[in-house]
Amino acid sequence: MTMKRLSIAEALRECIRGEMRRDERVFCIGEDIAVRGGWGGAFTVTLGLEKEFSDRMINTPISENGFFGVALGAAMMGLRPIADVQYADFALLAMDQIVNQIAKMRYMSGGKLTVPVTMRAPVGVTGRGAQHSQSLEPFLLPAPGIKIVCPATAYDAVGLLRSAVRCDDPVMMFEHKLLYGSKGARAESGAIDASSEIPEEDYVVPIGRAVVRREGADVTVIATLLMMHRSLQAAALLEQEGIDVEVIDPRSLVPFDWDTVKASVVKTGRVVIVEESPKRNGVGAEIAATLAEEMIDHLTAPIKRVAAPNTPAPFAPPMEEYYVPSVERIAEAVRQVTSY
Amino acid sequence: MSPTGYGPDFLLDLYRQMVLIRHFEERVKYLFLEGVMPGTIHQCNGQEACAVGVCAALEPADVITSTHRPHGHALAKGITVVEAMGELFGRTTGCCKGKGGSMHLGDLAKGMVPAIAIVGGGIPVATGIALAFKMKKEKRVAVCFMGDGATNEGAFHEGVNMGAIWTLPVVYVVENNLYGASTPVSWVVRTKTISERSRLYGIPGVTIDGNDVLAVYVAAKKAVRRARTGKGPTLLELMTYRITGHSRRDPALYQPEEEKKRALENEPIGRFAKYLLDRQLADQRRLDQIAEEVDQEIEAAVEMALAAPQPKPEDTLQDLFVA
Repeated sequence: MTMKRLSIAEALRECIRGEMRRDERVFCIGEDIAVRGGWGGAFTVTLGLEKEFSDRMINTPISENGFFGVALGAAMMGLRPIADVQYADFALLAMDQIVNQIAKMRYMSGGKLTVPVTMRAPVGVTGRGAQHSQSLEPFLLPAPGIKIVCPATAYDAVGLLRSAVRCDDPVMMFEHKLLYGSKGARAESGAIDASSEIPEEDYVVPIGRAVVRREGADVTVIATLLMMHRSLQAAALLEQEGIDVEVIDPRSLVPFDWDTVKASVVKTGRVVIVEESPKRNGVGAEIAATLAEEMIDHLTAPIKRVAAPNTPAPFAPPMEEYYVPSVERIAEAVRQVTSY
Repeated sequence: MSPTGYGPDFLLDLYRQMVLIRHFEERVKYLFLEGVMPGTIHQCNGQEACAVGVCAALEPADVITSTHRPHGHALAKGITVVEAMGELFGRTTGCCKGKGGSMHLGDLAKGMVPAIAIVGGGIPVATGIALAFKMKKEKRVAVCFMGDGATNEGAFHEGVNMGAIWTLPVVYVVENNLYGASTPVSWVVRTKTISERSRLYGIPGVTIDGNDVLAVYVAAKKAVRRARTGKGPTLLELMTYRITGHSRRDPALYQPEEEKKRALENEPIGRFAKYLLDRQLADQRRLDQIAEEVDQEIEAAVEMALAAPQPKPEDTLQDLFVA
């Protein structure tokens, strides 16, 4: 079996290329995605694809609400758009189309329509201040009708994007700026290597299935994207202290793999949930509430959430460092639930 | 009523459709006031010529988007009275199996996506439908119905601009009934017409008498032909008037009495009846007969809807995802 080591940005690009070759209904739509001499979107994912697919790389005006609606219309007519925003924050401009139209259209039709729209949005606090940093996962969790995936590795990025494009339902993929491995002028400082060996064969990662990234007996840590990588680092640190951490990467938030998480909770009895968003009403709140409702007999310590404070993302590096959960903050939360 | 030369069957069908929509709306209003029908309604009494004239210019495979005021569009595009009435009653026989209701009437099999009840929300969607037609090299046309109020939404600017820059097969139809809910259009639009906004996007725009069903048909035909032959969008402004409230219990006190009186004299069905009678294309007996047939069709649909099964409460959980 041939393998290629690819960054997330490269892997997504090859995945999109493959899907567009496989199925002529697939097309990309977004801002600055198909300009020769441009960047291939904000993080190089679509770089050069316009050379092969000149008719299927729809470079839009700066009209987020507009082009998400266009994607919906095209999807209802049988095409399979991949719509992306440069920063997840910009998707807030398209919330009518995403939440009122894309998410609800199949349901309102009584199940007669299919809406195969794939959406992509980069998240993460990365030195850009308050309006290019936000994680939108908590905004979309209460919007039934959209599946949500969050790949932390290039392998998962490919497998989940294939699943999303081939799925007849709307899927939002959140990607992390520090995990892309974008190169050249679009390289990010503070980036983490999330590259993977990508098999040649046509594999998928099913939407709705978590992965145990590290097995452990003492504490279950649940995290996606950058926070998953930091949780693994924290686990390595804690191993030296004799704490055996299990790290679960849900990969999909909707639907959520409760079986994997609950099996882990049965084993460890202790839970730490890590996220990059403000703590209030975050993804962690939803996971914690469900575990409190359904798993209380198995819990031996209070559930702990590690999250950003309830403020916008700040700019100055010392404040940003304080804002985003660090390896040490994750480790400290694990120590607390372990010593409860 | 300028154009002539249409066959009586075509003309009487336009008349029948307008009467069907008017009587449907009147019957529905009565059912609401009786307390038999759930929900809320936004009715199009007085605006029938817009829906009928535009849809008469379309092929069955063409696709429309509609608004919170969709009953007329649905009936004109071919959704049956039974399917529409069933949906208004929230029954499983409705065109959306009771999941949509009055504001989301639609059925893609008939060329109408579920109506979009967020003002302006359908404009980008219709544009995307047209993009798909163009990318798939299909000779189909998308029509986006909207009210005057929608033209002040950002979605109007974004959607119409994209339709224009990509030369898409779409017709943007503004039914200007002079009020956005209760607010007069003159308070919120500075230009003399809405159609002149088309110039900003580099597409043709035209304002016509939206209560003249033949004038609407002729203008729509031209715009649809333009779209279908790859020449791009048109902004069609149809001047009309809502001779009922904005929604179910609105007495429309903001519409001046004098204006209402003039509107009633100018409403499209009476005008078209006069056209047909004056030209001896039909006699009063024929027109009465059409009204009678339409009423029978509506009554049958009401009875069928009332006899149709209610959805099971747990059907709520169905139809979210394909898999």
